Amino acid sequence: MYDFSYHNPDSVAGAVSAMNKAEDGKFVAGGQTMLPTMKHRLASPSDIIVLGGIAELSGITVDGDSISIGAMTTHAEVAASSDVQAMIPALAALAANIGDPAVRNCGTIGGSVANNDPAADYPAAVIALGATVKTSKREISADDFFTGMFETALEEDELITAISFPKADAAAYMKFENPASRYAIVGVFVAKTGDDVRVGITGATPCAHRGMRLEGVLNSNFSGDALESVEIPVDKMNADIHASAEYRAHLVKVMTRRAVAACS
Amino acid sequence: MPVINLRVNGNPVSGEVEARTLLVQFLRDNLRLTGTHVGCDTSQCGACVVLMDGKSVKSCTMLAMMADDCDVTTIEGLANGSELHRMQQAFMDNHGLQCGFCTPGMIMSALDIVERNGNDLDEATIRRELTGNICRCTGYHNIVKAVKAGAKAMGD
Ligand SMILES: Cc1cc2nc3c(=O)[nH]c(=O)nc-3n(C[C@H](O)[C@H](O)[C@H](O)COP(=O)(O)OP(=O)(O)OC[C@H]3O[C@@H](n4cnc5c(N)ncnc54)[C@H](O)[C@@H]3O)c2cc1C
Ligand code: FES
Ligand code: FES
Repeated sequence: MYDFSYHNPDSVAGAVSAMNKAEDGKFVAGGQTMLPTMKHRLASPSDIIVLGGIAELSGITVDGDSISIGAMTTHAEVAASSDVQAMIPALAALAANIGDPAVRNCGTIGGSVANNDPAADYPAAVIALGATVKTSKREISADDFFTGMFETALEEDELITAISFPKADAAAYMKFENPASRYAIVGVFVAKTGDDVRVGITGATPCAHRGMRLEGVLNSNFSGDALESVEIPVDKMNADIHASAEYRAHLVKVMTRRAVAACS
Repeated sequence: MPVINLRVNGNPVSGEVEARTLLVQFLRDNLRLTGTHVGCDTSQCGACVVLMDGKSVKSCTMLAMMADDCDVTTIEGLANGSELHRMQQAFMDNHGLQCGFCTPGMIMSALDIVERNGNDLDEATIRRELTGNICRCTGYHNIVKAVKAGAKAMGD
């Protein structure tokens, strides 16, 4: 990797100001995506602004019926949090199955959501639970946040500070994982609150998205059998050495069925 | 060049590093602690796992600067003179290695597993917890046995 200037600010304002002064700056959270990317020279930033020294970005707080998770909270911390386990157990279970223990000890929720890898786990939960992404500038709703492959609504100098998840009555995440990396070949997060069902799908297409057709049938009949009639458009699916488009389309239904079963 | 100060295996160390220096390069090249291995350099294999403030991390996927002010433990920090750490001894007793290249990472990961899961580990837990550590030689069977025995011995 090429050399860069290193910044270690202790506040969100300091991080944003370092970014604005940099020619081609990049934030680094856990580095679990950023460092491999830099080693491959797919990114060669002039300045690295690490977020690990900013205390206000860490920690989990319960606020009535929602739980707010600081951007720098690691996957291991989310998995082990008794508050997350009590309020949204499916979210703790999702975090516990990201990558491997060493990745979970470093990787953060903010980094995962900002990166928006098409096969990342958290985006499915953010979408299905209707979470709010809090940034250094504003609050962005889940439906507006993920805009394309590795693309989000974030501006260059905008920092995720926390993500707030409302509690669901029932929720479950099922992923068909790549056995080598544990990334999702297809992952489906189903959340049910009252009569409202939301489905977040990752891995299947270039960008995590809501499963509107699946929600349509599940809203009137919350059962695996109701899914039979739903057509998953094969031409929108990713295809690679791990799984064909047809296989992914099939997996979307299978994972949804399993998630619905785990909710009921 | 930036200077970092940290503790490695209990000893204070400091050194000048380029910002892009990886923690594993600092350990191996600056400190000559070559027990921490680089198997892939792409964050996949776990040969480079060390403990940072007690938690397992891949030292090839961390900048040395990010370990500033931290406590790092490497495989060299485990034995007490010629007396092996109980987890090391368990790898020896159970034939938990062949070429030994993956072993430092396996042992450091095993200590993190014991820290989080306790001393009485079942096979399924050990296999799930070792997903980030790749071994080309053993077929894992004896590694799993070694981690189970080592975990138990650490509790005795
Ligand atoms: C071997 C391996 C296996 C993995 N398996 C999985 C898996 O199964 N499922 C999965 O979902 N992921 C997986 N990952 C990815 C992992 O979860 C990463 O931790 C995550 O994608 C990025 O988080 P990070 O904190 O490391 O971010 P970094 O790598 O530091 O940053 C990633 C990107 O986000 C930006 N960024 C970071 N924090 C913020 C912020 N607060 N505000 C704005 N921008 C920010 C950075 O600028 C960068 O562009 C795996 C990674 C590895 C190495
Ligand atoms: S060398 Fe670090 S994971 Fe392989
Ligand atoms: S013993 Fe050779 S790689 Fe594991």
